[in-house]
Amino acid sequence: MRDVLTLLLNGENRQFETPARGPLSVLGLLIELGLDMRKVAIERNEEIVPRSRYAETWLVSGDQLEIVHFIGGG
Amino acid sequence: MDQVMTAEDTQSEDTWTVAGRTFHSRLIVGTGRYKDLEETGAAIAASGAEIVTVAVRRVNLSDPKAPMLQDYVDPKKYTYLPNTAGCFTANDAVRTLRLAREAGGWNLVKLEVLGPPPLLYPDMRGTFEAVEVLIKDGFEVMVYCADDPLAAKRLEEMGCVAIMPLGAPIGSGLGVQNPAMISMMMEHITVPFLVDAGVGTASDAAIAMELGCTAVLLNSAIAHAKNPILMAKAMKHAIEAGRLAYLAGRMPRRMGADPSSPLTGLIR
Repeated sequence: MRDVLTLLLNGENRQFETPARGPLSVLGLLIELGLDMRKVAIERNEEIVPRSRYAETWLVSGDQLEIVHFIGGG
Repeated sequence: MDQVMTAEDTQSEDTWTVAGRTFHSRLIVGTGRYKDLEETGAAIAASGAEIVTVAVRRVNLSDPKAPMLQDYVDPKKYTYLPNTAGCFTANDAVRTLRLAREAGGWNLVKLEVLGPPPLLYPDMRGTFEAVEVLIKDGFEVMVYCADDPLAAKRLEEMGCVAIMPLGAPIGSGLGVQNPAMISMMMEHITVPFLVDAGVGTASDAAIAMELGCTAVLLNSAIAHAKNPILMAKAMKHAIEAGRLAYLAGRMPRRMGADPSSPLTGLIR
């Protein structure tokens, strides 16, 4: 049985299945979401997740994630 | 002809430097409020700007392949200056800029901590708090601030790399409403000094430059013009004209006429 993770993602509760082989990483989440990791930045529970650590940062239920990018602004 | 060449040479070498980076254009433009990304790219190209401000926002997770700003405004060609627009607390501003640094690797940032609408006036208490944290954290902070000479000096002493007071509220287009205060503030600031908000049209930008500002930062004046690309071009010329006029040094004002033509040799 796979676990279901509930994450607060950009202010919305979303559920994700953990992969067959162990927990879900930030990298796994980005792939799942179809995001280009070179153009986004991620904060987990108000702490930056460095890009170099996406593959080894494991998510747990209740994590609050902000996934941002640059948009036009003055 | 020689004189014209000399003037052009002087202009081409008239650069400015912030946080160790040197720029020719004295116009910094925002990338917000355009009709679409195509117009954003075209207007920025027409403005001649080398630095563009950008906002940090949540990715739209329901449309992950939506076109991105970077596809139209090349970060290799323009210096991205992430801002904290929409941040009303020091903590939100600091978090936003840490995310921006992670997204793009930039240490040079524009800090603005705002008070509530309708003025969005700089919240100087929040600004000081954020500056303290950001500078400790290795950021190079260009700071939006009130036209308050003491606050500006303190921000410089804290280590900000540019001081950027408003000429009028953000997006108001009211022009430089405080030219005397802008001039007085500038006298005591040694880092680059920019007017950051309030410019509505080309003459406003020229006035800021004639006062002696290092550069001008604007967005809405171009984006909300009927023809943004034409206005971008107008701003480019206004900045250059204002800068040249400042370097040239204006004539003194006098209360009364002083004819240019000789008063002698008149026919009788």
